[in-house]
Amino acid sequence: MMNALGDPQTLLVLGGSSEIGLATARRLVRSRVETVHLAGRPSPALDAAAAELRGLGAQVHVHDFDAAAVDTHETVLGKIFAEGDIDVALLAFGVLGDQEQGEREPMAAAAVAQVNYLGAVTSSLVCAQALRRQGHGALVVLSSVAGERARRSNFIYGSTKAGLDAFAQGLGDALHGSGARVMVVRPGFVRTRMTEGMPEAPLATTADAVAEAVVTGLRRGSETVWVPGALRYVMSGLRHVPRAVFRKLPV
Amino acid sequence: MEGRLTGWGRTAPTTARLSTPTTAAEARAAVRAADERGLLARGLGRSYGDAAQNAGGTVLDMTALTRVLALDLERGLVTCEAGVSLDRLMRLLLPFGWFVPVTPGTRYVTVGGAIGADIHGKNHHVSGSFGHHVTRMRLLTAGGEEVELTRGEELFDATTGGMGLTGVILDATIELLPVTTSLMSVDTERATDLDDLMQRLESTDHRYRYSVAWIDLVARGAATGRAVLSRGEHATPDLLTPRQRRDPLAFHPRSLPAAPRGIPGGLLRTGTVGAFNELWFRKAPRERRGQLQRIGAFFHPLDGVPEWNRVYGPSGFLQYQFVVPYGQEPVLRSIVEQLSRHGCPSFLAVLKRFGEGGPGWLSFPMPGWTLALDLPASVPGLGPLLDRLDEQVLAAGGRIYLAKDSRMRPRTLTAMYPRLADFRALRERIDPTGAFTSDLARRLAL
Repeated sequence: MMNALGDPQTLLVLGGSSEIGLATARRLVRSRVETVHLAGRPSPALDAAAAELRGLGAQVHVHDFDAAAVDTHETVLGKIFAEGDIDVALLAFGVLGDQEQGEREPMAAAAVAQVNYLGAVTSSLVCAQALRRQGHGALVVLSSVAGERARRSNFIYGSTKAGLDAFAQGLGDALHGSGARVMVVRPGFVRTRMTEGMPEAPLATTADAVAEAVVTGLRRGSETVWVPGALRYVMSGLRHVPRAVFRKLPV
Repeated sequence: MEGRLTGWGRTAPTTARLSTPTTAAEARAAVRAADERGLLARGLGRSYGDAAQNAGGTVLDMTALTRVLALDLERGLVTCEAGVSLDRLMRLLLPFGWFVPVTPGTRYVTVGGAIGADIHGKNHHVSGSFGHHVTRMRLLTAGGEEVELTRGEELFDATTGGMGLTGVILDATIELLPVTTSLMSVDTERATDLDDLMQRLESTDHRYRYSVAWIDLVARGAATGRAVLSRGEHATPDLLTPRQRRDPLAFHPRSLPAAPRGIPGGLLRTGTVGAFNELWFRKAPRERRGQLQRIGAFFHPLDGVPEWNRVYGPSGFLQYQFVVPYGQEPVLRSIVEQLSRHGCPSFLAVLKRFGEGGPGWLSFPMPGWTLALDLPASVPGLGPLLDRLDEQVLAAGGRIYLAKDSRMRPRTLTAMYPRLADFRALRERIDPTGAFTSDLARRLAL
């Protein structure tokens, strides 16, 4: 159960080898989390994440979960929820894809949408149903500023996050009053494996800063979290910039 | 009906299906109909944390079970349903010269809740906890059977302080205290610091039936732990004015309008609370003997402002109450200093000396010093601070009160309550499917 200070006891990370997911788990284990479920495709990174969290004193369960295999989500996630209440489910999976390749090969673009949007839709819905049954719990969805306004340089990725963001907001409203809630997290450019070698955008941040913002957001009961916080104001400005000008901005 | 529930501290809300039985038969039907998320009885919601919540399951609102079933005015015994409040009992019984044996800082608790949390009051050092005055009760167990329990039975002792997890208390018989007036004769004195306070309590507490000290946790330096002692006894008619003597048992508590909704957070900071505490301390007489006070003013000052818990704003508050055994005064002193140094804006912290503990397995009181304080949940660094205090309380052989808790770690609790293993084993035996559960039980693995 979440305690009076907003510290959860059980955590489910979808995308168990995600750097932001691991950074968040690390922080939560240091406060109150005793049980962590890591769901992801089997990989050395997933095993390493599990080992690290065990080292911090958590009980870690690893589950074979493929975000792209949407027809398996009900079964795989249903089993995890059957093992006991989940206080926080963190939807941390996502792929960046290669914009240029996506524009050339439509199926490559579809693969990005399959994971980032479709996979997120099915797994969020399964989580939401379970949280509603529990009468408590938070679903944390990692969106992105890229979804706030599509950019020429990565609109395939950006559009999947735009869809996910809209979906998560609606899901949050649907859960209102059920005891369960959704928190949408919109980080800017995060320095991780996923963005390695890419030119950094202004207000770049780290996985650990995102994790800290997630933990603070959970404590405060926030519905939307921007990382860093200043992005909220930057993006509310950028949103209104005329297309002809926005297209030419070096972002 | 689905409902969002919190404790008195208004933290960690969860949603449950609410059912309001008006008869024991309806309560039984609800227990039989409960699903795998279980069921829990709830009274007036005065426990601070998540003790009276059951996320995703059923919560039985017991406040419609309010029949008084039997009243023996010769021997001072009342038998009533679990939803009857202490307020109601006082209004009913005082005119006959009887008073509840134990009252906490609010009259708005139910008899069922008083047994479930095995509450204590200012007279613990003389009278023990509430459970000590319960002679029998009827309990609805898993599967919907009713059992009659009397003192000394295992299930009776597990239910006293059992936080509603052994079943639904339907009714109980309580031994009352005879009084000749509805007024209190009160001695008030100030203590200049913590040592002075402990010395005063230690040397003269035995002279009073009721004793408590309001302690200022914002004051620092030499004034750390300064306090106002307020101790008293039920007044006898000879102390009353002729006018009061005309109706010595009159009891008509009044209250102010309720605190409004939507009070913003951050109102209670060390500055505002410090100023309040300063006033409270200065307003108290340095020493006054035999002042006549009404029951409400002496026992339940906060009941005068309905919904006062709203003043903490949307993030709510929590109450931290622990006891450390006699002989562990240095730990108590160190904790008071840590709270004061951290800048905790706590107004009206309460220090009291407990007497012997009762037979309740998870009953809180034990011989020692108990300190209770309210804290806004938004105080920075509060979680780690209280975790450190938990460890110190545990190391001193003390414990934390479940009816107040909203944040403890399960393993700390296990180490604090030696009979918790028995309690778990009993629940496993009489309620193998977990028909009764609560958010508190889930959080602390009770």
